[in-house]
Amino acid sequence: MDFSFSPDEEQFRQEVRDFIAREVPPGLETGVGGFVESEDEWQFARGMTKKLAAKGWLSMAWPKEYGGQDAHMKSVILSEEMNYLGAPGLDFGGVGMLAPALMAHGTEEQKKRFLPGIASGDVLWCQGWSEPGAGSDLPSLTTRAVEDCDDFVINGQKVWTSHAQHANWCFLLVKTDPDAEPKHRGISFLLVDFKTPGITISPLITMADERAFSEVFYDNVRVPKENLVGEKNRGWRVAMIAAGFERSGIYRIALARRNVDRLIQYAKEPQPDGIVPARDPLVRQNLADLYIEGEISRILAYRVAWQQAQGLQPEWEASMARLFGCEFQQHVAHTGMEIMGLYGLLRENSKWANTECKMARQSLLAVGATIAAGTSEVQRNAIAMRGLGLPRG
Amino acid sequence: MDFRLTPEQEALKKEFEEFFEEEMKNEPPGWVWGLEGLFSDVGWPFNVYMAKRLAEKGWLVRPWPEEYGGCNAPMIEQLIFGDVLGYYCAPGVDPLGVGMIGPTILAVGTEEQKKEHLPPIARAERFWCQGWSEPDAGSDLASLTTKAVKDGDDWILNGQKCWNTGAHRADWCFALARTNPEERRSKGLTYFILDMKSPGVSIVPIESMDGSKHFNEIYFDDVRVPSRNIIGEVNGGWAITQTTMNYERSSVGIMSGACRGLNELVQYCKESRLRGKPLSQNPHVRHRLAQLAIDIEVGRTLSYHVGWLQEKGDIMAAAAAACGAKVYSTELWQRVAFTGIEIMGLYGTVAKGSKWAVLKGQFEDLAQSTPGYKLGGGTSEIMRSIVAWVGLGLPRIK
Amino acid sequence: MDLDFTEEQDMLRNSARDFLSTECDKAMVRQIEESEEGYSPEIWRKMAELGWQGLLIPEEYDGMGMGLMDLVVIFEEIGRNILPSPFLVTVALGTPPIVEAGSEEQKKEILPRVSSGEAILTLALTEPSVGYTADCVELEAEDRGDSFVLNGTKLFVEFASASDYMVVVARTKSGGDPEDGITLLLVDSKSPGIKIEPFATTGMDKQCEVVFDNVSVPKANIIGELDKGWPIVAKTLEKATVAKCAEMVGGMQAVLDMSVAYAKERVQYGRPIGSFQAIQHMLADMYLRVETSKNILYQAAWMVSEGLPAAEKVAIAKGWCNEAYKKVTEDGVEVHGAIGTARDHDMGLYYRRSKAADPTFGDTESQRELVAQQLGL
Repeated sequence: MDFSFSPDEEQFRQEVRDFIAREVPPGLETGVGGFVESEDEWQFARGMTKKLAAKGWLSMAWPKEYGGQDAHMKSVILSEEMNYLGAPGLDFGGVGMLAPALMAHGTEEQKKRFLPGIASGDVLWCQGWSEPGAGSDLPSLTTRAVEDCDDFVINGQKVWTSHAQHANWCFLLVKTDPDAEPKHRGISFLLVDFKTPGITISPLITMADERAFSEVFYDNVRVPKENLVGEKNRGWRVAMIAAGFERSGIYRIALARRNVDRLIQYAKEPQPDGIVPARDPLVRQNLADLYIEGEISRILAYRVAWQQAQGLQPEWEASMARLFGCEFQQHVAHTGMEIMGLYGLLRENSKWANTECKMARQSLLAVGATIAAGTSEVQRNAIAMRGLGLPRG
Repeated sequence: MDFRLTPEQEALKKEFEEFFEEEMKNEPPGWVWGLEGLFSDVGWPFNVYMAKRLAEKGWLVRPWPEEYGGCNAPMIEQLIFGDVLGYYCAPGVDPLGVGMIGPTILAVGTEEQKKEHLPPIARAERFWCQGWSEPDAGSDLASLTTKAVKDGDDWILNGQKCWNTGAHRADWCFALARTNPEERRSKGLTYFILDMKSPGVSIVPIESMDGSKHFNEIYFDDVRVPSRNIIGEVNGGWAITQTTMNYERSSVGIMSGACRGLNELVQYCKESRLRGKPLSQNPHVRHRLAQLAIDIEVGRTLSYHVGWLQEKGDIMAAAAAACGAKVYSTELWQRVAFTGIEIMGLYGTVAKGSKWAVLKGQFEDLAQSTPGYKLGGGTSEIMRSIVAWVGLGLPRIK
Repeated sequence: MDLDFTEEQDMLRNSARDFLSTECDKAMVRQIEESEEGYSPEIWRKMAELGWQGLLIPEEYDGMGMGLMDLVVIFEEIGRNILPSPFLVTVALGTPPIVEAGSEEQKKEILPRVSSGEAILTLALTEPSVGYTADCVELEAEDRGDSFVLNGTKLFVEFASASDYMVVVARTKSGGDPEDGITLLLVDSKSPGIKIEPFATTGMDKQCEVVFDNVSVPKANIIGELDKGWPIVAKTLEKATVAKCAEMVGGMQAVLDMSVAYAKERVQYGRPIGSFQAIQHMLADMYLRVETSKNILYQAAWMVSEGLPAAEKVAIAKGWCNEAYKKVTEDGVEVHGAIGTARDHDMGLYYRRSKAADPTFGDTESQRELVAQQLGL
């Protein structure tokens, strides 16, 4: 057994750090998953994406035949550093989800048409899966696609679509056979140009004031049949590949670990009341506890990446890394609030607010952690059924 | 709203306290609280002694009507009694006779059954056990398979029961058996009471994790029970089990027992030094003890709330709240036990009997017996399910 | 990075599993627990034939010269199967100080006898103050020229009753830094003036009180240097803590396996209880605890075996495994229902051990405090 990184990997990590120090202005900081808020920051993030692409980093986890480097471990290192340091620019939907799905199920034509734009960072993709009535139970989605000559005509509503307002294209799950049983056998995977008439985007603002999510309404949207990925009614398989490519969840863990390290620093310094929190044995216990969870999260994430690097397909291990990472993120936020006491409640623009530990914001951001992209309950179901072989309820 | 006790209630509480303070001085050496304290060789004679003393005082069955040995005491007084009894960790009140079958007979028994069975319970002359669970019918009690077949004016019982607390000490048993084999679930069950000396009844002890013996298996081998010993209707036993269950569950005794445990821990922490400094000065220890104090206070209000709902006659709400109190109290008791041994460190692992044992080794003991208390009378999962569907009106999963 | 065990380690695991299940079924575990010795001399001899006692001992002293990762494999299997024996105290507590710091004579005299299974060793460290830090060592060794004279009490000395030698951690200088002035002495357990009394504990692991009443120990029996014994103890505790965690992880795995099997087979309400989400989620959480414990343990063990500074990682591992093992066994009992509380059921064997393992080599609170210190708090 060997838990160390290779010299090559260590060197790469340093390279990433240097790159970020050079490129990212001080004070800029992303939220969960590299989200940024203002339009200026967004433009900056797009520029970063192109720089990452130019360095060959953006799609480094892809197989060599598609211009990647098969570099799973390095790609996780990249994501860890970017997220720990709050640097924007990593593209998730296109690089980490759609591209692997296209590689597995797309036609030659589709690959040639779409992969280069993803690798170069020129085309931004969003994911159109969840619906108001289809969350944890995704196969029950009802957005309908009906064949009409050479097109599919789409009607329905998607929700929680990330970056819809900025996206050029969307990879969409639609119902093509509403009577199919099991339900996932009636789902197809379509690629939709967001300039197509009939698409309306309406922003969904979260309690943390994040503006990355939208509702997207589809009203007689016509999509040519050539944009169907995989077979009709077999889109679920394509979706599973898309969801299964980047599974370490390191981005969330890196962000949470950043907050742990900031809390540790905070605790070492005298606070406005003159007290050094680290002298309190209970604060010490709590911080040590968070740090321990951070270390464990990190090993779980790297184990998943390492398995993928070995050509294995982690299943329940990834659900575990995700479940643990999400609950870790929440634990950090809640404990951070407790440690900071009343000061922890302050909004960032208050003169009394701690400029490093923005726990009020973190605690609001953390709420979605155990919900987005599969609730903790769904992860536990997956662990129980796929990891332990327990019978379906 | 008024959380105060009346002056009369306060006086009564004081009277209870003085009694138990005095009587518990008679506890035999090596006696520990819990099922072991009721049913072990050391515990049983003390249990019987206390039961007789309580009967003499007229306190054993206070809520019962006078003609059966009680004094029609209101529910609140019973809560106060349970509270004090629990705090002194006192034996004497047969949880099965006084707590379960007595109230059941009072509620649904015939006049004849009341006259025959209630007075011996009130005089502490007859002790009971429960014959419900079976190896394949635990949480899913309604699937039980012990059979009763009619033979003239009698019924013949055959089958196996398990987890029967104190069966080896009991004089009588209240049991569930299937009288309609066509009906696989609750509709075919009948509620019997039977003399444990009946031919064909045999008992095998089940030893617990800590080596104590209070659980048993009961085997019925052609046991003959006369028809007059059926409680309620033939095939109508299930509804009666629900009545029986509703009597035992304000759990106030466990809450106050936990309180007693906490007080002993606090005393220990004041007196003991570990790793060079007094335990009571360790902020981590202080926090854990304080958290228990909070949990206990919440728990007591929960118990009194159950009693209040029962007194008001809001049976459904009381049933759901009682399930909540049961989960809460047994989990609380376990936390007290675990906190105790963890605070004691290595000393928390020393068993009773050694000179190095702390607080008579009772926390070491409790840490092993509390899982059983959590499971007895319905697992926490079942209790939470009942709270979800009865208390919250969530749909029941079939 | 390589997160797999080697093929040899997999083979070692399989053979250990076979050996333990053949030699020590649960009926045997119970029989040994109740016995006066607390271990089976016959199994002990067979373990020596497999080379287990000499696993960490260099080949020149008849050992196997293997590494800590190999020991982890064995301890996981011991924890999984359960084997009441003085194995941990001999291999991970008594032997390492001699291997690390013993004189050539001491090594020649003791180590081959350990390898062959003839000698049982233990470490006499804790006292009635039950701390694993240097300031808790008060047992005095008085300098009498050629020898030391020991007076005082050691408490929670596991298997002192079965031991041939004890490595006694004694104070030879007081005042000043508590880590300075501690000396390790190799003491024959049968020396005049030593009184050993076992007492019953949750783990049934032959914890003993050892009273030293004017016990004379020749100076030749100093392990390492006078007054400089504490770093050896600290290093030994790292290894022993890793071994203990491995045992705990093995126990967790056994409890998880038993609980999953039971949940699949136990039918209530017409279906296996493992199909109820309340039970599934409990089992998923148990699984999560087992896997996280394994990962963090392996990392700590790897660091110790590579000679890297591992104090932080070992403290993390023990702190995490403590809570995980307790919760996994508590939930395991809950999944089993009443049957899980019966003495005849195997759950209780693990449940009791999870409670006993918690304070051994430091409870969660003290491990977290160690982590906090490592973080510069």
